[in-house]
Amino acid sequence: MITLGDYLIVSGILFAIGFAGVMLRRNLIIILMSLELMLNAANLSLIAFSRFRLQSGGLPDYNAQVFVFFIITVAAAEVAVGLAILVALFRARQTTDVKDISQLRF
Amino acid sequence: MHSILPWAVLLAPLVSATVITLFTLRWKTLSSFISVAAVLVSFICGCLIFARPDIAARRFIWIDVAGALTVPLGLTLDQLSRMMLVLVSGIGAVIHIYSLGYMRDDEGKSRYFAALSLFMFAMLGIVLANNFVMLFIFWELVGFTSYVLIGHWFYRDAAAAAAKKAFITTRIGDFGFMIGILMLWMATGSVVFAEIAPRMSMLTTHPVFLTTTAVLIFCGAVGKSAQFPLHVWLPDAMEGPTPISALIHAATMVAAGVYMLVRVFFIIQASQIALLVIAWIGAITAVMAALIATQQNDIKRILAYSTLSQLGYMVMAVGLASNDAAMFHLFTHAFFKALLFLSAGSVIVMLHHEQDIWKMGGLSRKLPITFVTFGVGALALIGCPPFSGFFSKDAILALAYEHNTPIFAVGLFTAFLTAFYVIRLLVIVFFGKPRSESARESGESPPVMTGPLIVLAILATLGGFGFFARNFLMLPIEKEVATFVPALAIVALILGSGLAIALYSSRASEPLDIELLRHKFYFDEFYAWLIDWTQELLARISAFVDRWIIDAGVVGGSSRGTWGIGALLRLIQVGNLQAYVFLFGLGIVALIYFAVLR
Repeated sequence: MITLGDYLIVSGILFAIGFAGVMLRRNLIIILMSLELMLNAANLSLIAFSRFRLQSGGLPDYNAQVFVFFIITVAAAEVAVGLAILVALFRARQTTDVKDISQLRF
Repeated sequence: MHSILPWAVLLAPLVSATVITLFTLRWKTLSSFISVAAVLVSFICGCLIFARPDIAARRFIWIDVAGALTVPLGLTLDQLSRMMLVLVSGIGAVIHIYSLGYMRDDEGKSRYFAALSLFMFAMLGIVLANNFVMLFIFWELVGFTSYVLIGHWFYRDAAAAAAKKAFITTRIGDFGFMIGILMLWMATGSVVFAEIAPRMSMLTTHPVFLTTTAVLIFCGAVGKSAQFPLHVWLPDAMEGPTPISALIHAATMVAAGVYMLVRVFFIIQASQIALLVIAWIGAITAVMAALIATQQNDIKRILAYSTLSQLGYMVMAVGLASNDAAMFHLFTHAFFKALLFLSAGSVIVMLHHEQDIWKMGGLSRKLPITFVTFGVGALALIGCPPFSGFFSKDAILALAYEHNTPIFAVGLFTAFLTAFYVIRLLVIVFFGKPRSESARESGESPPVMTGPLIVLAILATLGGFGFFARNFLMLPIEKEVATFVPALAIVALILGSGLAIALYSSRASEPLDIELLRHKFYFDEFYAWLIDWTQELLARISAFVDRWIIDAGVVGGSSRGTWGIGALLRLIQVGNLQAYVFLFGLGIVALIYFAVLR
């Protein structure tokens, strides 16, 4: 039997992989992909919560699922904007390495 | 009978000052004529009031706090104020006309005449006020206009400093005056002269309170009438234009202190100690100023010290409980001192603003009219028999002889000194050889200046005679001693003038050199030292607190603190995206640790 805990462990592993990707990879495209991974880790835990929190009629709690739809929508928009910025950056700097774009500071 | 005349007297100069300041500053001649017209209106109305003793002024209520304080706007019209009204507006009119000549080419002529009109308003206000609040307001207004007029040539440092000195010094006295008024109001619940008088019994039962109040009110007169120890401003006030010296610093404003003392005499007379204090302050001022005057070289300063000395006589007379003698001397002094100053002004203008007497000499032939009028003023000042000063000074000396022998001795010695320094001045300025180019080439002043001189000379001659003066004021009652005292006074006069003639005729420089007197008893130095050790010290401490604790500590500290924290936080702003992610993750971990696990 797969319990809520199992789902959450998978979600946590996914999130950790995503976070490690964001933190360690230098390529902006990979970082963006890792971000998506973190979002989906969150989605997974939300769906698990929804599934394991049954209402009085035996139905799952749909609030969390609605929330997930929102996250998917926002993530799509975010990817569109993020990639657009990435393209613009590449046109200006001919690079996607975060080490080369550190001028924005005091 | 109610009439608008008293209010017209008071308000005409105010209207003139307002109109000049608001509309006609650019047209200098027009401004001067508006001002002269206003003072003439005041003078004529003043004379009409004087001729009609039944005229009364309408009274308005200005402030009315039920049960606590009622301040009416009312005008006193008794014999005293009607006399002062004619005197002030009369001398004011003469000096306005003289100013037309003296200030003819002045840049700030409009400003001068506006301030002169404002002064007339304030001075007439003091004369007419029927309560302490009005009196005090006009009192301060007079101080302010005096400040403006002393500093008329403000671009000269000496004039600006003198104006400040006059204002601040008189303010010290006025502070005491204000406390005195408040104490009086506290005790009697009224500020109106006529209402305080019947309630005096509330005060007389507390002798200490009464004496303190009387002495504090006297403080106002000490400041305004330049009595010892606040006399230092008056000689410096001579930096102003000479007509101002004549009007404000000789004939009217400085006499306001004496007038005020006479006005509130019913309070002062209840305290013997206060009277004694007043008499001695007057006597000390009289002799001290006369001593200083013997060693001065500036024509206007000598006259200023003589004013101090004569004011000392008046205050002395008040202290000896004789209003009549004080007012009599005030009356005659106003004429002859205005005359002396205006004559000196005529000399100064004709010598191209030369004031050092050792650069004059032999002017009796160059300025004959001025010489005669100055001579009349000088003889009146030293109390030479037919002239006005003789009668009034004699009245004070007789009074002193009767009441207080030490004060009489001081008064007599002052009379001797007065004769000495006035004759010294006369001999050096008008006789002997001219001692400078400008003295050799000078001529007589224009009629607009000599006219007022002649009018004043006539008044200075007539002013003391009973048949003339009795119309204006109560003369002091003659006593039996009146033959012995004048004889002594005349002996002092002859000794003083004889000594001066012997010492100074045909001299080219000062034969005597008395350091102490030349430095005016080191009063200015003493005050400078005192201020250095009190006010200056306090200022330095406050400056330290302000600069190092408030500025550097509180204000600078918070700014530097913000900067410092900013500099620290700047260290973690490296611009590397992944460093931020790391810190962000660290933050989340910390948050979870503190929020969930603890």
